Amino acid sequence: MAHIEHKDAGAVVIIGSGAGGGTLAHELTRRGMKVVLLEAGKRQSQETFSQVPGEAFVQLTWLDARTQSGNWGVARDFPTLPAWHCKTVGGTTVHWTASTPRLEPWELRAKSTYGDIASTSLIDWPIAYEELEKYYQLAESRMVVTRRNGVPGLPASNNFKVMHAGAKKLGYKRVHTGHMAINSRASDGRGFCIQQGFCVQGCKMGAKWSTLYTEIPRAEATGNLDLRVEATATRIEHGANGRVNAVVYRDSAGRELRQRARLVCVAGNAIETARLLLLSSSSKFPQGLANSSGQVGRNYCHQITGFVWGIFDKPVYSWRGATLAGVVEDEVVNDPQRGFVGGYRIELLALDLPTLPLVGLPYGWGRDFASIMESYRNMAGMFINGEDLPRSDNRVTLNSAVKDQHGLPVANIHVDEHANDQAMRKHAQGQMSKMYDAVGAKRIVLGPTPPATHNLCTARMSADPRDGVTNAFGQAHDIKNLFISDGSALSTPGAANPTLTIVALALRQAEYIAAQAKARNI
Amino acid sequence: MDQPITVDRRELLKATTGLLAGLVVTGSPLALVARGRAWAVDLKTFTTPEGAALMAVARTLMPHDKLDDAAYALVIQAIDSEASKDENLRKTIKEGVGALGADFTTRKERERVELLTKVEPSGFFQTMRLKTVQVLYASPIAYAYFGYEGEAFSKGGYLLRGFNDLRWLPEVPLDDSGAMPVGG
Repeated sequence: MAHIEHKDAGAVVIIGSGAGGGTLAHELTRRGMKVVLLEAGKRQSQETFSQVPGEAFVQLTWLDARTQSGNWGVARDFPTLPAWHCKTVGGTTVHWTASTPRLEPWELRAKSTYGDIASTSLIDWPIAYEELEKYYQLAESRMVVTRRNGVPGLPASNNFKVMHAGAKKLGYKRVHTGHMAINSRASDGRGFCIQQGFCVQGCKMGAKWSTLYTEIPRAEATGNLDLRVEATATRIEHGANGRVNAVVYRDSAGRELRQRARLVCVAGNAIETARLLLLSSSSKFPQGLANSSGQVGRNYCHQITGFVWGIFDKPVYSWRGATLAGVVEDEVVNDPQRGFVGGYRIELLALDLPTLPLVGLPYGWGRDFASIMESYRNMAGMFINGEDLPRSDNRVTLNSAVKDQHGLPVANIHVDEHANDQAMRKHAQGQMSKMYDAVGAKRIVLGPTPPATHNLCTARMSADPRDGVTNAFGQAHDIKNLFISDGSALSTPGAANPTLTIVALALRQAEYIAAQAKARNI
Repeated sequence: MDQPITVDRRELLKATTGLLAGLVVTGSPLALVARGRAWAVDLKTFTTPEGAALMAVARTLMPHDKLDDAAYALVIQAIDSEASKDENLRKTIKEGVGALGADFTTRKERERVELLTKVEPSGFFQTMRLKTVQVLYASPIAYAYFGYEGEAFSKGGYLLRGFNDLRWLPEVPLDDSGAMPVGG
């Protein structure tokens, strides 16, 4: 591993080591660029992942203070935990469930496809699907995605058998074990999925792709990566010319350090990415970095989610097997006849016993709540992953009334659901209920909206600099050597779980950065 | 794969250290605890009557009649331990449990539900509900009771241990799934 001096102004500094940052670090270092990778969390491994769900949650999750507001269910049901993502080397690719669908071509033209919808801030992507497609192919090959490139699908679990049978009764056609970045066969130096059902606690097999044990060690092997763990970026600095030139961060002892930088790539997950840009305000950029448009932190999207549980009179043992390996894709269409625009996926889901009552079930207590838990063996599960519509006032802001451990204002997340979001969730939960009814469910339980795991669009790409924060390469409209390299850059969320798109965009951005650096443009 | 799981004694002890330490010299730790009072010796903050009332609260919140008292005792143990380090929590719980009345433990379930419903918005109730949900379902006793098999890495996953043993619905065609990676 490289050791890069704090005063070395030739380094690329990447903030965050997840799907975007970890992939970008590998791509730049293998092209010979020196990279300092700042990661706020600690480094775990397949050996250290805890298999006690409560411990694993604490081991991997970003638990620094945050506040929230708005009418979304998360503010009511999970007041202290608006979002559930990771703070560890590998970022959220350590706990993700590895579903890797592509966005549909029309989803990249959201504004054109859906038209003018009141109270939204929809835009079209500045990239056509045809341009993104080759990077999707690269990403799928890199991540060994199932049911692509001849990679076999995962076998069907009990939970998926229930989903499949129900979906077929309803006439759904696109029902399968999903495009998953989980090895169905040993590949890429990693083993195959042994159906542990512990995707969210960190895959001890390494069958699930994670930058922790794919991209990051490969970047380290180039000799060009200086990975610093427990290094929390608190501010990005710039020179008189308006170019960024350093990142200030705190180490594990709370000491303030400053790494000089040739260019800076921010990939701290959409909440922290927006917060860091806002925290970096200066006399030259009083609204925060890259924020002359006022769009930093706005248009926060999290995708429509919500659980549906079916209780049967026979066992399902839903916890046995890859957590999310099953999907119905027939509803990923734009059909306003359903009462809303945009599409949704129906995805398989199971929760371990301790987590189910905390996250998966509606608030309750007494005999009724207990009776659901008594049926745990006989319970099948699914959830929605649908497109939510961007709104200007759904946003990440700094809350100066609450400070983090470094004395800095925490992020406040404000979400007011659009009527379209609510109509979509209702439709989806209705369809899922019908699926379980069709195969003999004794009872159906609709769960809450869990803390957001897909945090998106807070520094979005836009063709018009007034509509967003970056151009089509994630390069800030305002600052040439500042890049956004995570889900913040998505122009709209679509209905696809976002990681594949984040990786595809990082691969594309790396090519661009390398070419621009070679041409001495940045 | 339908047989209930038995609690591994060592696993149980690992997860219940503190509660059962010193009690498991002979016999079944569950039996000792289930006889009542035994768990009270470990309380740092609450009196035995308070502990008993909190047990009744936990049992009313998440009533699983056949789930051993030991599982509920773990909840009380966790709250007691936290309250010993957090004066606000100690006060909240002591006042909350006091307000339920001295006879709460011996009241009928219907009456206990009524009393708890009245205080549902309170910090006491919400803390008790959250703690009960967090702790009750996380112990090996609960795993065994609810049939949850937990981590599987150490046993080779569920690949050959029942992840696809459901037979009451049609099999999924291979086109929609995938072949097993190993024989079986």
